[in-house]
Amino acid sequence: MKVRATSEDRLTQIVLIGLALTFLAFFLLLPLVAVFSEALGQGLGMFLEAVQTPDALAAIRLTLIIAAISVPLNVVFGIAASWAITKFQFPGKSLLITLIDLPFSVSPVVSGLIFVLLFGANGFVGPWLAEHDLKIIFAVPGIVLATVFITFPFVARELIPLMMEQGKDDEEAALSLGASGWQTFWHVTLPNIRWGLLYGVLLCNARAMGEFGAVSVVSGHIRGETNTMPLHVEILYNEYDFVGAFAVASLLALLALVTLVAKSVLEWRFDLHSGASH
Amino acid sequence: MISVRNITKRFGSYAALHGIDLDIEPGEFIALLGPSGSGKTTLLRIIAGLEFQDSGQVLFDGDDVSSLKVADRHVGFVFQQYALFRHMTVAENVAFGLQVKRRRDRPTRAAIRDRAEELLRLVQLEGLGGRYPGQLSGGQRQRVALARALAIEPQLLLLDEPFGALDAKVRKDLRRWLRDLHKQMGLTSIFVTHDQEEALELADRVVVMDHGKIEQVGTPEEIYMNPATPFVSHFVGETNRVTGGSGEIHFRPHDVDVVAEGGEAVLVDNVFRKGGCWRVEGALVETSMFVEIDVDAALPQPRPGDTIRIVPRRSRQFHFEPTSNPEGGQA
Repeated sequence: MKVRATSEDRLTQIVLIGLALTFLAFFLLLPLVAVFSEALGQGLGMFLEAVQTPDALAAIRLTLIIAAISVPLNVVFGIAASWAITKFQFPGKSLLITLIDLPFSVSPVVSGLIFVLLFGANGFVGPWLAEHDLKIIFAVPGIVLATVFITFPFVARELIPLMMEQGKDDEEAALSLGASGWQTFWHVTLPNIRWGLLYGVLLCNARAMGEFGAVSVVSGHIRGETNTMPLHVEILYNEYDFVGAFAVASLLALLALVTLVAKSVLEWRFDLHSGASH
Repeated sequence: MISVRNITKRFGSYAALHGIDLDIEPGEFIALLGPSGSGKTTLLRIIAGLEFQDSGQVLFDGDDVSSLKVADRHVGFVFQQYALFRHMTVAENVAFGLQVKRRRDRPTRAAIRDRAEELLRLVQLEGLGGRYPGQLSGGQRQRVALARALAIEPQLLLLDEPFGALDAKVRKDLRRWLRDLHKQMGLTSIFVTHDQEEALELADRVVVMDHGKIEQVGTPEEIYMNPATPFVSHFVGETNRVTGGSGEIHFRPHDVDVVAEGGEAVLVDNVFRKGGCWRVEGALVETSMFVEIDVDAALPQPRPGDTIRIVPRRSRQFHFEPTSNPEGGQA
């Protein structure tokens, strides 16, 4: 007779697995299929036409630009913050850790409003900006600011536990061998965190391209100028251009799928890597 | 000569070290021995420049290096978990200290490679330069860490629990090997350990620490035979402690004669073989205090329930408070 310590009876197993699978099918798989089938429903030609309209192309270009600016910025901020938090003792450290999580805990709309409040026409520095003919709100800089704010935690959140676990020994060893701070970072720390960093970059990028709420508040929805892909999808949808809306949406969904695959590959490499080193 | 002058270090409200003074002669092999929390690792890290004292000085050959960073002190540091760079090969690990030198001080590529090979030969890892640390055994990693620390030609070698992460057999071999290497190179070395056997076997002098203070500094023989404080007597080697009058009497299990008459009566509780002796665990009949005694295995094995009579051949008396002073001698 086979008795397992954690054996549930078969019925419980089937019900639980069935529930999980049904849930996944309804809430994840079905919408994904719907997006692609709607996008391609009128044929590939219509799809290609829809994603090649000037406004759609402008939205795609803007989204790529935003990601290209905000992801590198957050890589730098994220590494700096994680480095400071894990390698040094300083007053206010726990406050900094809490602050890093702030963008996660605040509604994206509120995040957007913060920037309107700061840089908008009636904001704190709005009049000064207007005097100097600088546009932040309803322009690309505002969208970048909002995106950087929203995606800030991704890299740092990924690196802090990793660097915490790795400790300071490797860095101290490098320093004791005469390496400078920069050499230590470049030759020791960065290789140690590279997989975790890549993973963080991936998540950060996915969110930077997909962010709606905060960007919507600061963008002003100017077609061909300040519309990112998610905003463009909403506009098309509100105008009953379903093929157009779903075509652009399917590109975002594709990005999600690519991110997912890349993330799985990275996790696999990461496990392999840390498995070999312990 | 390495000198430590009146070093004090606090972590928050916790005093890790208070008033440490220590002189180390060139070429000496020194053990910092103590239980966890005794401050031994903190002292080692302060000497290295990985940690900084709140007050006091560290002198290398008379020069105050107290404010120098670890990179400028030219010390080799071997970490407890080795801290090998896992993405670099063994040879790259060993060469790291040479590779990061400023260009005008850096040896040529070929010279660096030769030096790494030479060091790997020294630690008996010839031919393993192309492996990654993850592919080596614990003992091999430990030797890579040592070779890497030696590559920068340090004036002082510091080892934090060098055998802590190894299993018993490897530890013993590596211990002997390290002692030979030290003899061969004559490099002033300090290692931290909580294992008294390790300290007594390897070190020229042992520094016994407890609660951030040095309890005693001496050769292994002095430490074992003439412990300065009850703590040292108890921590280094096995000791029976019998309280009586104004203090404690300490004696080693092997410093006991079994006699037919007189002496102290011991009620035997448990007996087992310990090498060439019977280890007898029992209680003094008079005070019911627990004692351990080694009886020559040539004598008949005592049985639980027996009463044997003992006379300590050699004992030390320590007085209670204010400070315990040794009043050694024959009993």
